[in-house]
Amino acid sequence: MAEVQSNDHGEGGKNKQKKQILRVDFTPMVDMNMLLITFFMLCTTLLTPSTLPINMPSKDKVEEGQENKVRESTAITILLGADDEIYYYEGMPADDGSSYTDPEFLKPTTYGIGGIRDFLIGKNRVAYEEIRQLAVQRDNLEITEAEFTEKMRAVQDRVLKEDKVAPTILIKPTDLSTYRNMVDILDEMTIANIAAYAILDIADGDRRLLYERTKNLEYLSEQERAELAGA
Amino acid sequence: MAKVKVKKQSTWIDMTAMSDVTVLLLTFFMLTSTFIQNEPVTVTTPSSVSDKKIPETNLLTILVDSNGKLFMSLDNQNDMAATLRAVGEDYGLSFTPAQVATFQRQVMFGVPILSMGSFLDLPSDKQDDYLKNLESPRVGIPAGDTEVSDNIGVIARDNEFKRWISHAKAQNKDLQIAIKADQQTNYPMVKKVMEDLRDLRENRYLLITSLKNSSD
Repeated sequence: MAEVQSNDHGEGGKNKQKKQILRVDFTPMVDMNMLLITFFMLCTTLLTPSTLPINMPSKDKVEEGQENKVRESTAITILLGADDEIYYYEGMPADDGSSYTDPEFLKPTTYGIGGIRDFLIGKNRVAYEEIRQLAVQRDNLEITEAEFTEKMRAVQDRVLKEDKVAPTILIKPTDLSTYRNMVDILDEMTIANIAAYAILDIADGDRRLLYERTKNLEYLSEQERAELAGA
Repeated sequence: MAKVKVKKQSTWIDMTAMSDVTVLLLTFFMLTSTFIQNEPVTVTTPSSVSDKKIPETNLLTILVDSNGKLFMSLDNQNDMAATLRAVGEDYGLSFTPAQVATFQRQVMFGVPILSMGSFLDLPSDKQDDYLKNLESPRVGIPAGDTEVSDNIGVIARDNEFKRWISHAKAQNKDLQIAIKADQQTNYPMVKKVMEDLRDLRENRYLLITSLKNSSD
């Protein structure tokens, strides 16, 4: 390809031309290309970052008191604490304050497999199994992606509104938790196919629960700390 | 003695094929890649299992660094210019065409509007130095609800962050908001941003994450 043989067949001509082989050395060209490739590889990002869509409840709805409609029997509150700690409790704290001292009420757990994930999947067993089967069908190309999404929504809706077995998760990050904790817990919701969850502000009672459990004063507000010191 | 005739061999290697391959690779990298954006702060995004891709157009990115400083970027330069003028008008400030042109070249902006004029007048290498000084109260979009000032003068009068968002949204209705925060950012700082967005009735937005496998 790089050789251009110029064979002059003019043997009978007067000027007998010498047989020339024109060869171009491509080595410097390759060198330069390699250099450019290295430059592009180092200076670019191949992967575009992915995104996690999030829907926050609008302020108007909260003011109308719609968030109080959570069924107590299926409500699970997850508290994100300091130093990647995570706690959860089921139902609501008792009005008489006995939950604060009950060591069985607030349960510590961990992020990921063997911790909160197993618990959530266990709680959402019905929907999780059905959706997993749908996912297998999708991977075998029996149903399309759009059908999968549609059927998944139907299953989530059914277990939530008709069967009333799906849990409603209330995520309450404390001020000591990090952004990563929040994204991690939202991830667990996706993995366990939880249909109903919300990120809420932490309530005074929840902070009290965390304080009683960890004895970490940081969980309390300054006013509560002052009250405690006075008592 | 029979003379062993060694045939003279040429060590010439034809590099043409090699060159073809490298040019092909080069083309691939040039076409598929997007350049790393020169952001004033480096943030490490948390990873999630979501594999939804980031939209390429009509994107408003809010960058939250680990200390809670806010920066913003818009992908459309016309929107950037219009938003700057609109926010400036709120504070009775106007910008020269040269300043607006400099502003449009910013990858990410995050300077209080009262300091914006003098910031845009700086030569571009000085601008980078200015934004590197993250300790300065005059770096990052002010999101406090009260007036902030120091011994040099007033830094910000009110929550400029909300104004930026609402004006940007007014310029382009299809604008999607994405939050890019460092994974070590304390939750209250992210909560503040989300509260401000909630005040503006922006309840749907994207969190920028990097992809991870669900088994991790």
